Amino acid sequence: MIARVIVTPKPVVNDPQGITVKQGLATLGFREISDVRIGKYIELNLEASSEHEARERVEAMCKQLLANHVIEDYRFDIEMDGHKRR
Amino acid sequence: MKFGVVVFPGTWSDRDCGWVIDQVLGAELQYLWHKDADLKGCDCIIVPGGFAYGDYLRTGAIARFAPVMEKIGDFADRGGLVWGICNGFQVLCEAGLLPGALIRNSSLEFRCQWTNLVVERTDLPFTSQCTEREVLNIPISHGEGNYFADPATLSRLEQRGQVVFRYCDATGRVTNGANPNGSLHNIAGIVNARGNVLGMMPHPERCSEAELGGTDGLKLFKSVAASAMKVLVS
Repeated sequence: MIARVIVTPKPVVNDPQGITVKQGLATLGFREISDVRIGKYIELNLEASSEHEARERVEAMCKQLLANHVIEDYRFDIEMDGHKRR
Repeated sequence: MKFGVVVFPGTWSDRDCGWVIDQVLGAELQYLWHKDADLKGCDCIIVPGGFAYGDYLRTGAIARFAPVMEKIGDFADRGGLVWGICNGFQVLCEAGLLPGALIRNSSLEFRCQWTNLVVERTDLPFTSQCTEREVLNIPISHGEGNYFADPATLSRLEQRGQVVFRYCDATGRVTNGANPNGSLHNIAGIVNARGNVLGMMPHPERCSEAELGGTDGLKLFKSVAASAMKVLVS
């Protein structure tokens, strides 16, 4: 199965990359943008006996390494047999 | 007095630190490879600057799993002196030895420049040779030195006097204009509650000889050496 992890800066953390990209989009005429946040996308191929087990494992991976809880939030999808579950 | 300098793949300030310890200070020097599971009797461990493990994932994120880091954690728990400089500060935050995190500079630029730092603690082994509110001139060289901590952590740091260095102007005033990277409260360096683990973004090893433009960094190395002497004497 595949886990797709998205890591983003916490709302309280200033994201200078996001601010700069927002300004760039505005310069190009995309003035409808009110906020841009830039994070990371991590794709994991893993084996697990159940979706529940996979969720627990990926949760632990996020907590221990993939995200820094001081500055980042994370969320992930698990895709089993082509069915995507959030 | 024996200094240990940690070397990860991608560390680049190890030889600069080693030069100051060995050639300028005249103290004993031991390089510690990241795979070493033994601190070889060192009295102060320096985690130097660079890009440990290429800064993959996040700065310091992978380095914290190195075998040597586990020993450094134990050493710090026993009260041993641990000093993280630049990337070393980022590693110590990731390892949980210091609170907070260092994020991308607010300018998005890599900043390599001289900065002024006001010294707010002189009772520490790292700053004992500095005077109260002394202004040190020490260069920075980083893209991710923007200190962040949540409001509760930040107020705890301030209440306990754990901020050791703050970016300031030449007269010691802490201003927005003197902040090179967007750090909260102009924080350039902090210490743990016990006072034995210091993290700082500026590079004292790059200004410990007059030929390099200044010697303020040497005060910190001399402080550590003097503090170790005190322990031996007492």
